[in-house]
Amino acid sequence: MLINPDKCVACANCVPVCPMGAIYVDPAVNRATINQDECVECGACFRGMSQEHLNPTMVRTVRALAKFFRFRFEPEPDVCPTAAFEMNELAMPRLIRRVFSDPVVEHKSTGIKGRGTEEVKTNDVNPRVGIGEVGYTIEFGRPGVGVRFRDIQEMTRALAKLDIVFEAKNPISHLMTDKSSGTLRADILDEKILSGIVEIRSALDRVEAVCETVSAVNERIDTVTAVGISTRCGEQGEDKSLAPLLADLGFAYERAKTNMGIGRVTNTQQKEAA
Amino acid sequence: MTNTLHRYGKAASFDDDYIVFCIPSPGRNDEGAVEKQKQFLRICARHDPANMGNGNRGSFKPERRLNPTAHWRRGADPDWEGVIAEVKKPGTAAAVFDSREKAEACLRDVIEADLGLSVNISASVEGAQEVAECCGIHRHSVEYSLGFADPHDHLPNSQILQLSTMCGHGMVSFNMARKMLDMVREGRRAPEQAAATLARFCPCGVYNPDRAKRLLEEARRRTA
Repeated sequence: MLINPDKCVACANCVPVCPMGAIYVDPAVNRATINQDECVECGACFRGMSQEHLNPTMVRTVRALAKFFRFRFEPEPDVCPTAAFEMNELAMPRLIRRVFSDPVVEHKSTGIKGRGTEEVKTNDVNPRVGIGEVGYTIEFGRPGVGVRFRDIQEMTRALAKLDIVFEAKNPISHLMTDKSSGTLRADILDEKILSGIVEIRSALDRVEAVCETVSAVNERIDTVTAVGISTRCGEQGEDKSLAPLLADLGFAYERAKTNMGIGRVTNTQQKEAA
Repeated sequence: MTNTLHRYGKAASFDDDYIVFCIPSPGRNDEGAVEKQKQFLRICARHDPANMGNGNRGSFKPERRLNPTAHWRRGADPDWEGVIAEVKKPGTAAAVFDSREKAEACLRDVIEADLGLSVNISASVEGAQEVAECCGIHRHSVEYSLGFADPHDHLPNSQILQLSTMCGHGMVSFNMARKMLDMVREGRRAPEQAAATLARFCPCGVYNPDRAKRLLEEARRRTA
């Protein structure tokens, strides 16, 4: 992401917009500036802000006058008055930042937007997690902190030692050079992203070990984590296995994503094969 | 759509937060999915949603050529038709409701339409279960959020977290949520204006401006 210094008027509207806090007004040049090492190329500034296309010289003059007289004025807080942001072409390894951080960019490994896969959202038509099995989405970096792939690798290596399966179509699994050890591509390890999701599956009896491992590794890596844990319900919609286990392990959960089970296979070829 | 799972708050705080979304599975039910997603969104639009999205844009959308007069009279009306018209390829279509009754009525109509797409509800555990039971169906699968673990003390207070985590892709920054909170407290913006501002940053349309408005109103009356 770039800010065109010829257009920027240093209004600072973009400063609080950045989820990573990577934008600041540099007093040396009096322009908004991006800390490129912290920027994750998410596009919140470029896409999230509305744009005006005002004359920069005119805006700077008005701002200078208002500043001199100590006027406080109330522009809309989510507007770039001169459309100063420019999304530049990126190459690997930096491109990986945009692929993981920008929600409207599609992952080639999954064919869907977002950092994860279909998870149990389509478990009713594409069974991934069966009864007695558990699926996990281990998310790093969100909200508002970000994560480097080196830290994600710390987690994937620790998880690989447990009796688990990495979800094959997950974007982070796609970046592994060795799934048996959880090792990621070396060229991306220093890249920072807004958020990444590791997806694994295990048997029910591995839940405690997985949760303990995630918690222990999180102590060593400087980011936040959020775990989603899923299972297939019984015939009456009941969950008599995972929910009681989580309660026994002392986990409180307030929120869930619930597959209502009304999906079905409708593609012609699939129906014929069935 | 893990982006709808991890929202900060206690279960009671999700009484006005029900996200209903449909998603096709490539190779299994994605034939004709675009039209089905549009039909899904049309059904949702009939039940007074708080927001809707098609994965590329929400019903609150930033403008690329804003007229300067917007600083005095900026519209904050959701654009349902734009969201429906701009479904271009199979993906996720979502609608946010501010009550269980609306989510339930919507799901009933979606079941009747028999689209064949997987339909999920992100809400409190009990809230989603009650919707399923009232509609006469059984949950197929469930994914619980175990919440955020922050051993290094990065996260801000609960008001900021509740506002910012409603965009699960992290597009609503802590600082922007804090700024809106301050502007509301200082009387510089109405809660509905601040909520619409935050919603415009969420390209998936799953940000709940009605819940945000309530949270901002609650925050106005007390200090953080």
